[in-house]
Amino acid sequence: MRAENYVTLEFLSRSSNEGFARMAAAAFAAQLDPTLDELGDIKTAVSEAVTNAIVHAYPDRIGKIVMKMKILSDNVLELTIRDWGCGIENVQQARQPLFTTGGEERSGMGFTIMESFTDRLTVKSAPMKGTSVTMRKRISQRITSRR
Amino acid sequence: MEIKVTNENRCAEIRLIGELDHHGAKGLMAKIEREIEGLLPLQLVLDFSGVTFMDSSGIAVVLRTKQRMKELGGTVKLRKITAQPKRVFEAAGISRIVEME
Repeated sequence: MRAENYVTLEFLSRSSNEGFARMAAAAFAAQLDPTLDELGDIKTAVSEAVTNAIVHAYPDRIGKIVMKMKILSDNVLELTIRDWGCGIENVQQARQPLFTTGGEERSGMGFTIMESFTDRLTVKSAPMKGTSVTMRKRISQRITSRR
Repeated sequence: MEIKVTNENRCAEIRLIGELDHHGAKGLMAKIEREIEGLLPLQLVLDFSGVTFMDSSGIAVVLRTKQRMKELGGTVKLRKITAQPKRVFEAAGISRIVEME
């Protein structure tokens, strides 16, 4: 699907960038006129994906994260969060609720939340090469607000 | 993340203020544990009215707080959960594990 608009952001895997990434995604999504709930869902899904990259892709170093935000036809927002970190050995297992290799401050619910807050979640990963998480969410069109 | 603590008859209430994500979760957990160890409450209430954003890091904080309170023979409940954190708790099915008002 061809993008009607896009923005690409590159940032370091520092936890202080988690807030920045979700605010940037919310600001980009604003042009689709989302509801507050939809905005909350986008921010939450981005926060989970970026946190995964920070915690799991680069556990002992600071690396590069790229977030691509696209608007596709039919009011669909596509977000891709890519890293060049250690990769996920078993993606199917990682997507299971409560599965985590993280410490006490992780709940193992990241992928579950990304799945339930977006319409489609695709995870591509290769050990030692990195991970790419793509999420799509259709933003409802509010008839009264568009003239 | 900031907290405000009130305590009466070993009933403590901790009000969370700000965005609860992975960046702030470790510091927040340390603050909550310090309060639990200092006050030794029988009941702890986490007030979410000041939480402007929460992701799954908040779930980990709540579950760990519950565990800590259980070890000390106390209980925990959540109060005044705003819309966005509520959706995260619901997606994770936390209401089956932790009491919510």
